Amino acid sequence: MRDEHARAYWKANVRILTVLMSIWFFISFVCGILLADFLDNFRFAGFKLGFWIAQQGSIYVFVILILVYLVWMDRLDARYTRDKNTHDSKTRQADKPDQKQSPEDPA
Amino acid sequence: MSVQIWTYVFVVLSFGLYIGIAIWSRAASTNDFYVAGGGVHPLANGMATAADWMSAASFISMAGLISFLGRDGAFYLMGWTGGYVLLALLLAPYLRKFGKFTVPDFIGDRYYSNSARLVAIFCAISVSFVYVCGQMQGAGIVFSRFLEVDITTGVIIGMTIVFFYAVMGGMKGITYTQVAQYCVLIFAYLVPAIFISLMMTGNPIPQLGFGSELTPEYGGGYLLDRLDNLSLDLGFAAYTEGLRPTQDVFFITAALMFGTAGLPHVIIRFFTVPSVRDARKSAAYALIFIAILYTTAPAVAAFAKTNLLNTVNNATYEQLPSWFGTWETTQLIEFDDRNADGVVQYSGDPEVNELTVNRDIMVLANPEIAGLPNWVVALVAAGALAAALSTAAGLLLVISTAVSHDLLKRSLMPGITEKQELLFARLSIFVAILIAGYFGINPPGFVAEVVAFAFGLAAASFFPAIVLGIFYRRMNRQGAISGMLAGFLFTAAYIIYFKFISPETSNAAHWWFGISPEGIGTLGTFINTAVALTVNRFYAAPPKAVQDMVEEIRLPN
Repeated sequence: MRDEHARAYWKANVRILTVLMSIWFFISFVCGILLADFLDNFRFAGFKLGFWIAQQGSIYVFVILILVYLVWMDRLDARYTRDKNTHDSKTRQADKPDQKQSPEDPA
Repeated sequence: MSVQIWTYVFVVLSFGLYIGIAIWSRAASTNDFYVAGGGVHPLANGMATAADWMSAASFISMAGLISFLGRDGAFYLMGWTGGYVLLALLLAPYLRKFGKFTVPDFIGDRYYSNSARLVAIFCAISVSFVYVCGQMQGAGIVFSRFLEVDITTGVIIGMTIVFFYAVMGGMKGITYTQVAQYCVLIFAYLVPAIFISLMMTGNPIPQLGFGSELTPEYGGGYLLDRLDNLSLDLGFAAYTEGLRPTQDVFFITAALMFGTAGLPHVIIRFFTVPSVRDARKSAAYALIFIAILYTTAPAVAAFAKTNLLNTVNNATYEQLPSWFGTWETTQLIEFDDRNADGVVQYSGDPEVNELTVNRDIMVLANPEIAGLPNWVVALVAAGALAAALSTAAGLLLVISTAVSHDLLKRSLMPGITEKQELLFARLSIFVAILIAGYFGINPPGFVAEVVAFAFGLAAASFFPAIVLGIFYRRMNRQGAISGMLAGFLFTAAYIIYFKFISPETSNAAHWWFGISPEGIGTLGTFINTAVALTVNRFYAAPPKAVQDMVEEIRLPN
């Protein structure tokens, strides 16, 4: 049962990584490099968009990605710990009849 | 007060601070020496990581490189920050959970093999050595320019300071001096940038300033448009347009990202925090602290380039401001009046051009070019030294731990006591400082070129081995070792061929798929991964204990 929680945790973790890494790839390699010339057709203030993403925007997105990762992983960790604990206490309740029969058992 | 007196004040003050910290944070155990006792606050670790990471090259050269590369310079910006995303998401938390001291520790244990450990030791030492020589050289240049001592004395002063806190304090001393060094270097980088941004655009935030309009004294209009026009007028390419082939920019960016995530001196910083959650947190802090400098750098590049083009071109030699003469004596800027008209012609056409500008002065001379007060000019020296010394110390520690811990304790002499191990750690850091100092004073011509390749090598050796070790439970030692060797050798051979054996053919026509030696680490990474996955299939899965360990490091607690 505990393995099941661990597996679920890892699956959720990989899902988070996939989402964040896709954005990482998209903003830097796709917008900052492959599409930079096209995006340069758009402007805001004195910046051409492609140029701005390559030299500024991508870095801000990287920072946001790591912060989002931090928050999502905190939530995932909390859920994992809670699930594991409720599961552990359920097993303990299930074990209780045994403990009553042998109270001298330290387990 | 003159610039020089101000410089002495800042350098002596900052060095005094580093020595004070060194005395306060002496290391008592190998645990202190290797991972600062594992109790570093994530915020402090974030700052230390940022200082560890931002080298003399980031501080002195990067803005200059960008100002001559224009938009293409983004591969440094994205590469050296995007790599942190990889580090934070794919490596740091798991390696912290693994909870040993070094990268070869992880490779050796995960791949249950001393051969894997030895390959990792070899890669760690070669990558770090290449890199540390450049730092010492950077420190020497700053000393010679700003304090007018010769380079040898400069390097020796730098070595003595690093020696003091690295040998005494190990990782503990290094961590807390790096925190101080981060504060010094970021202050020294931001103050001139803010001044210049205010002067040229009236906007105090450089990141916004270089997208703003110039003040009337500078002729008005958007700064970047002005810079594009100036560049085109002189026969250069427009600043905001890309010149390099797209696939090359793509590969260089990726190589710098994978390399960043594979650099052992950055990875080991995450062993110093108390928990997995703290490792994630300090990766976030580190990237924020790094982003402050990295988003300022392109602004500095644009300001400096505009200023340079405005000031220098078509000025008569006599009219040029005094900084021109100062930097001429260091030969970082050279004027050859070919048509003898006494006027500087700066041009993209090599037939007409009379001016050679070394990219490093874009940061070092920038405050002078902009006519900022003396104390701001002097700050730059202290900042550059902080950047060089902090990175040098981090790298020296990797070399020392690779020798005392990985090579002696874990491979050759497992019987030594902790006290002996600590002694060996101190001895090897001492020897490493001497060797690095020697190369700082007598730089082999290739140092500057090779620093960028340290990334290629780290990318092609460590990065795939560690990621596969975490995310692919079945990866066995045969796969990992052959992958690391294939990636490392391929990348090294390609770089050595184009840089040393046949440099005259190093151009897009001869490169494979148009990938320059700077970007080849990416292909090396792919080769490493492909070889590892293929060889892996022909051998048995790793033992149960190793697979259990992989399961274990995937969980937060």
